[in-house]
Amino acid sequence: MSGLPDGFKRERGLHLLRQMLRIRQFEDRCAELYGAGHIRGFLHLCDGEEAIAVGVMQVLGPGDAIVSTYREHGHALARGVAMGPLMAELYGKRAGCSGGRGGSMHVFDAATRFYGGNAIVGGGLPLAVGLGLAEKLRGTCNVSACFFGEGAAAEGEFHESMNLAALWRLPVLFICENNLYAMGTALARSESQTDIQVKAAAYDVRAAAVDGMDVLAVEQAAREAVEHARAGRGPVLLEMRTYRLRAHSMFDAQLYRDKAEVEEWRKRGPLTTLTTRLKAAGLMTEDDFQALLREADAEVAAAVEFASAAEWEPVEDLARHVYAEEVTP
Amino acid sequence: MTTPLRITYREAVKQGIRGALLADPRVFLMGEDVGRYGGCFAVSKGLLDEFGEERVRDTPLSESAFVGAGIGAALGGLRPIVEVMTVNFSLLALDQIVNTAATLCHMSGGQFPVPVVIRMATGAGRQLAAQHSHSLEAWYAHVPGLRVVEPATIDDARGMLRVALASPDPVIVFEPISLYNMEGDLTDAAAHVRLEGARVHRAGSSVTLVTYGASLWRCIAAAEVLAQDGIDAEIVDLRSLRPLDDATVLASVRKTRRVVIVDEGWRTCSLAAEIGQRIVEQGFYDLDAPIARVCTEEVPIPYPKHLEDAALPGCERIVDTVRRLLGHAV
Repeated sequence: MSGLPDGFKRERGLHLLRQMLRIRQFEDRCAELYGAGHIRGFLHLCDGEEAIAVGVMQVLGPGDAIVSTYREHGHALARGVAMGPLMAELYGKRAGCSGGRGGSMHVFDAATRFYGGNAIVGGGLPLAVGLGLAEKLRGTCNVSACFFGEGAAAEGEFHESMNLAALWRLPVLFICENNLYAMGTALARSESQTDIQVKAAAYDVRAAAVDGMDVLAVEQAAREAVEHARAGRGPVLLEMRTYRLRAHSMFDAQLYRDKAEVEEWRKRGPLTTLTTRLKAAGLMTEDDFQALLREADAEVAAAVEFASAAEWEPVEDLARHVYAEEVTP
Repeated sequence: MTTPLRITYREAVKQGIRGALLADPRVFLMGEDVGRYGGCFAVSKGLLDEFGEERVRDTPLSESAFVGAGIGAALGGLRPIVEVMTVNFSLLALDQIVNTAATLCHMSGGQFPVPVVIRMATGAGRQLAAQHSHSLEAWYAHVPGLRVVEPATIDDARGMLRVALASPDPVIVFEPISLYNMEGDLTDAAAHVRLEGARVHRAGSSVTLVTYGASLWRCIAAAEVLAQDGIDAEIVDLRSLRPLDDATVLASVRKTRRVVIVDEGWRTCSLAAEIGQRIVEQGFYDLDAPIARVCTEEVPIPYPKHLEDAALPGCERIVDTVRRLLGHAV
């Protein structure tokens, strides 16, 4: 772990830490709520991967489009999806950001151009290519950013999408969150080439491997990638090397990895490292940290209250939203 | 009423695409070999020269990626027409169509409708064997969130694309391979076709033939043979396979009291099964005879012509089935 760059500002550090803490506290609360039966279905938490969501979102503008996976609470929060409607979505309430129809794996938000929440591994990549194509054909400078896990690199859609985006020089950021396990299958058990970013060379896509546990490294890499894409120079693949500190989902007994390995990575956790660096640089005190923590907890508590109080959608509405609610020709 | 223009089904589809490209700058066509090659069935020949490669876009052989990209481009404000060569190849994009296009509007609580049009050729009759000839319309018609249409006439081939593009929902347009060379009259009616609703193609009183796609023309041929025996068949062209127009089918059943469903899909789990069941549920007491079905034999489509013909729901099988139903000697 390196120190902070010269001239690094306290406010900047606190902002990044605040964003990551919001995600961590939200996810921790989700685990409790799952245990209590308020959140059902599949729940995939992103503890350990917060730096990627927060770092990347710093460099995206309101016109950019985001496509994510079923492990997307962090992406949504960092993007600016309000925490109350997000939690209400996890409850399945009508006030949820997807109207309650999606749940944890299918978070959507038109206001922030957040296109889900795709629970088919690799399924979001072609979508992001199309969103990038739309921006190019409409003549904007917007980009589309697509988050996916390293497991998706084994899917044909990863390869088809990289080729298509490069062939058409589309403004797409492929952000691979390599947390080393596709559910319970270790990378080396599923890929002949475990260095994900080198696969990009086959498609003439610019690529880099990034320390995904370091929010500053993520932000810097994302900034360069976005500039490249906005300038019309084509897509970029960023392999964010990270680790999932919690189980794959709430049904995962984690028989496939050692507790010691998890503990090793925990020491390198993105919140831990940024906290240590800010304190070491004299930019943050323990009191500052506790204040951020209280702030995050208060926001989460308010979100839970919002979700609990929200109404269920009436069963009479069951058939809504299968088709757009406009008159068809 | 202007004098009808005699054109092929292929030309009608092409005019539909050209009209859409001219009418709306958000519209573009993409798919394998739609540009320089002119379309694998020559449907888009000449469009690249007229509209350029941004709007007539050749894709790699990546069905999942370019169908998914069409879905994404639709979300991004464009109106893509995605061409997949055949329904058999569309299976490589089934994930994008079923898991993404059909679900996003619902999963997002109505925030993200997907106005994409996906065209694909379907059906047999050209000796293209078992990986280019199948009729899998029922697979798509099964899925809530999709709209599925199959133009069988020149007017529908010309007019349905326009209304498909105007729909805020994903629309799958099936074009029967065996009809591309068919000639017919393009009339003023092409400008007024609807996306939904079945149409009585031939009025009759003795029996109702419910059909769609290329089988419409098999039914027309059969009706002509039957007319010589004094059997007056009514033919209902479904046009839209999802949603199905129960009302038009049931109205015809109430009139003729006998139904034969002619479906190029395989019988098991077919559209014919669905339509038959709907008739039973809503018109059981209007029937004077059991519902009959003429479907493709349950075999992958064989290559030799005589076997391909034998597998399909041809004129002779339709005639025999109707005669048997009406108690005539076959």
